[in-house]
Amino acid sequence: MQVRVQQEGFDLGAESDGFAARVSGVGAIVTFTGVVRDADAGGLVAMEIEHYPAMTQKALEAIAAEARARWSLADALVIHRYGRLAPGERIMMVATAARHRKHAFEAAEYLMDYLKSRAPFWKKEILTDGRAGWVDAKADDEDALSRW
Amino acid sequence: MDVVYFAWVRERIGVPREQVESEAATVTDLVAELSAREERYAAAFSDLSSLRVALDQELSDFEAPLAGVREVAFFPPMTGG
Repeated sequence: MQVRVQQEGFDLGAESDGFAARVSGVGAIVTFTGVVRDADAGGLVAMEIEHYPAMTQKALEAIAAEARARWSLADALVIHRYGRLAPGERIMMVATAARHRKHAFEAAEYLMDYLKSRAPFWKKEILTDGRAGWVDAKADDEDALSRW
Repeated sequence: MDVVYFAWVRERIGVPREQVESEAATVTDLVAELSAREERYAAAFSDLSSLRVALDQELSDFEAPLAGVREVAFFPPMTGG
């Protein structure tokens, strides 16, 4: 299991290949990549991601360990960035490896749902007109946890 | 104890971290104590339903006891992913 919290970008191809090379005996690998999306009304200059360094790593590890145990994953990878990112840049990725695709997909969704609401990151949108605002958590995101 | 703030809570209070001398028994008591000190705390803590708290880097709740806790963190609901 690998969890990385970092400012710098990551190479999606190299990470996916590296992850696949480390696992054996699996039939399914799912990867998900989150990307900085433009603001709903457009005009996003940057997304600033703040986090709680003393807590982030261990919160992510706990979430990944739970996913791994629950879906009998061969392995799981979580990379999450912080700092100032431009639209189109990758924010994070998860990868899961399991014997069957259902488990790999479900575990990846579980990871994403928990990363959204239980990992100590906060996003601030910086807009072209100079305005800036913290992204509010959505009730839907909290509700999504109840299905697990 | 150390008290740390993130996102708009940090902006509203004006510092990311501070040392607080307090005998507060629970998080709620600490919030009341800080809010009574200065308006910026009262403003940040005006709606606890929009806040989350972590004790020694573990998510907790406002009724939790503070005995033995070294670091209290206040922040808005998280928006990772």
